[in-house]
Amino acid sequence: MNHHIVSPEVHEHHTQEQESMKMLGFWIFLVTDVILFGTLFATYVVLVHNTAGGPDGKELFELPGIVAETFILLTSSFTSGIAVLQMQAKKVNGMIFWLIITALLGLSFIYLEISEFVKMVHEGATISTSAFLSAFFTLVGTHGVHVSVGIGWVIALMIQLKKYGITTVTKRKITNFSLYWHFLDVVWIFLFTVVYLIGVM
Amino acid sequence: MLDKIKDFAADFFVTGDPLIYGADVSIVLVTIAIVFVLTYFKKWGWLWREWLTTVDHKRIGIMYLIASLLMLFRGGVDALLMRTQLALPDIPFLKAEHYNEIFTTHGTIMILFMAMPMMFALFNMVVPLQIGARDVAYPFLNALSFWLFFLGAMLLNLSFVIGGSPNAGWLSYPPLSELSGSPGVGQNFYIWGIQISGIGSLATGINFLVTILKMRAPGMKLMKMPLFTWSVFSTCVTIIFAFPILTITLALLFIDRYFGAHFFTMDGGGMPMMYINLIWMWGHPEVYIVILPAFGIFSEIVATFSKKTIFGYKSMVFAMMIISILSFFTWVHHFFTMGSSADVNAFFAISTMAIAIPTGVKVFNWLFTMFRGRITIKQPMLWTLGFIPCFLIGGATGVMLAVAPADFQYHNSYFLIAHFHQVLIGGVVFGYLAGMYYWWPKLFGFKLDEKIGTWAFWLWNIGFYVCFLPQYWLGLDGMTRRVYTYSWDTGWASLNFISTIGAFLMGAGFILQVWQIVYSIRKGERDTTGDPWDGRTLEWSIPSPPAHYNFAVTPDGSHMDAWWHVKQQLKAGIKPPKQELEPIHMPKNSAVPIVMSTFWFIAGFGFTFGWNWMGISGLIGVIVCLFVRSFTYDVDYYIPVDEVKKTEAKMGRAI
Ligand code: HEM
Ligand SMILES: [Cu+2]
Repeated sequence: MNHHIVSPEVHEHHTQEQESMKMLGFWIFLVTDVILFGTLFATYVVLVHNTAGGPDGKELFELPGIVAETFILLTSSFTSGIAVLQMQAKKVNGMIFWLIITALLGLSFIYLEISEFVKMVHEGATISTSAFLSAFFTLVGTHGVHVSVGIGWVIALMIQLKKYGITTVTKRKITNFSLYWHFLDVVWIFLFTVVYLIGVM
Repeated sequence: MLDKIKDFAADFFVTGDPLIYGADVSIVLVTIAIVFVLTYFKKWGWLWREWLTTVDHKRIGIMYLIASLLMLFRGGVDALLMRTQLALPDIPFLKAEHYNEIFTTHGTIMILFMAMPMMFALFNMVVPLQIGARDVAYPFLNALSFWLFFLGAMLLNLSFVIGGSPNAGWLSYPPLSELSGSPGVGQNFYIWGIQISGIGSLATGINFLVTILKMRAPGMKLMKMPLFTWSVFSTCVTIIFAFPILTITLALLFIDRYFGAHFFTMDGGGMPMMYINLIWMWGHPEVYIVILPAFGIFSEIVATFSKKTIFGYKSMVFAMMIISILSFFTWVHHFFTMGSSADVNAFFAISTMAIAIPTGVKVFNWLFTMFRGRITIKQPMLWTLGFIPCFLIGGATGVMLAVAPADFQYHNSYFLIAHFHQVLIGGVVFGYLAGMYYWWPKLFGFKLDEKIGTWAFWLWNIGFYVCFLPQYWLGLDGMTRRVYTYSWDTGWASLNFISTIGAFLMGAGFILQVWQIVYSIRKGERDTTGDPWDGRTLEWSIPSPPAHYNFAVTPDGSHMDAWWHVKQQLKAGIKPPKQELEPIHMPKNSAVPIVMSTFWFIAGFGFTFGWNWMGISGLIGVIVCLFVRSFTYDVDYYIPVDEVKKTEAKMGRAI
């Protein structure tokens, strides 16, 4: 309705203003997510030795699988970065290609994580075995849920890219997505260190 | 089959208590009445278009206000039930179990579903107008926040008639709140009701922070912002840091209950103390979240009604920021008695007492502003004046509580109950009511009646002291909180009886306020100028109620007390430069917020009862709504210049 009553330039100006505001909001949202993960990490650290007679990290964690997960996630962060570069070069198809790669890497990460969880459950290490495992599954699982949300999100964004091309709006959405994806990468590095590396030591 | 249904119904609906039958009947009657009125007057379409799907911050503010007044009523009824039960020894009015449920819902509702939404009501009603903005940063998210709060609150309220209420106290400490302690659904209602509305609160925090950072009128530097806006700013920062902790804490409790995890259980390596730490790391800042905006409100009112710039503006800003930071370093004072080392207790005792310093600075600044000012006492000022002694006593008893060794005496006693009601009612409720009276004419176009209001004020105030002063002595006499009855030989009867009288006086005050609103809708003094109090800040520069675009032309914010400055200039014969009208960019209404929140409600209800099919369908609904929104690109429109001109002319402004 009524879009014609202002010139396209004025409308574009408003849109740009709003999009930059949305970026700021997204940054602040990430701050809240940092606190959220911070609280979970704190809980984990407090409970890590409360194994209640159940297995501890040393018995459960198998580093090779985890290292593979780490490698995959880092690569996907890199590919999402390439997608953003393609965006700056205004190449929609290249962008979608790299986003597909990113999503596939994300999916394989989730696949490996779920297999790891299933294996642990089969060994009798479940969320209700001990406080340590409750904290472990919740912390790692929350990161996994975040990654899954990211995959759903990027699929929606690819459809929008196909439909609308690179506009002020899609640009902002993709930038936020890649921010989010890098953020998950950083969280994983912490997870890898605090949970797995220290766990097997 | 029939037996099965009967069994289910007996389990599902709470029965067997006259109070609950009463609630059932009134819920049904009210629902029928609403449906009837809307159908009869053909108002469904209007309701949907103008209110349920609105993204206008002023309307969202009004909806918050209505909802919070309703919740004040509900929480107030709970309070009167409790005080009736405690009026004399050995009264067989409420059973122990029932009493537990009532203090739990009372506390939860008052803090999360009365104080928080009343605060958000004022955010929405005032902040954009005060900074000269046409809207908030994310209007859609704003509507979503409101509906999340509203449906979360409804979910908790439903527990009264369906399934049973939570009974583990307003912060629901484990192991009482664990499955072993509360096997029923009440605790799940609590978790989901708060979780859903909490997401909304977090979003509001982000929304208003960005609004204040990014949408101020040209020229309005941070240090030129009105103090209420500053208080909202510091509140939002606190919300952003505190609410994620709540989200996680509740989620962990739910995981314990639903998946048999062991975060806070007594067995399996769980640590109940971990919960108590976490919940107070949110809970203490939460108390400051609700009090800081009240400080902002008083600052505006004191300046306006003394016709002076606020004394010590910079120190006011500084004090608020200090308080919001310090509020994160005091949480342990809620459990001095739980065996931390003396050093830990000392640290938290000192940090707690330190908060008294910035708070004292603020009180002195208000007093200095009034000193030699031309004070007029209208409703907003009356409540402000009522607040000051109340808050001073509350602050003093707070410092008494902060003395760690002494706390072993006060801990969990009625002394504590008296103290925190003194701050919560004297500070938060009086403050928000002052704000409501102050900005009411701006939003509704008429004032609330002075005479009825003054009666209400005195009933509230006298009732307040009659109710809570005796409780300090009861506490020192050894009466502990959360007891549902006591015997004659305790000697507590007379003080308790006086206290109950006070509670009913406050109830009478509330009823008068409802009457005041009803009366004023018809007969209240109309506000034709847009500036009924001779105000100082930008919201008073536009007509009341404002057009949905707020400002026809963007105002100039480069002076402290910007509107006062314009008025002084006009008096001196200097006219502000004429500005050209431009088409105004506005967001479109959306049904997604209310639909998405309804799906959250469905999910919460499902998980409360352990019906995974329902919980998961609700979550799927939420995801679908997210996608729908993500794919909506046509989200705004422009109001043409002609229409702006017409609207302004209708409101008596020539442009
Ligand atoms: C309007 C008058 C009010 C009266 C007469 C009143 C009365 C009471 C009573 C009798 C209790 C239970 C004490 C016990 O047995 O432990 C209580 C608890 C509580 N009240 Fe109020 N109250 C009022 C207003 C408020 C307000 C405005 C708030 C918050 C903004 C509030 C927050 C609480 C909280 C958090 C609890 C503790 C609940 C718990 O122990 O879990 N009250 N109140
Ligand atoms: Cu505290």
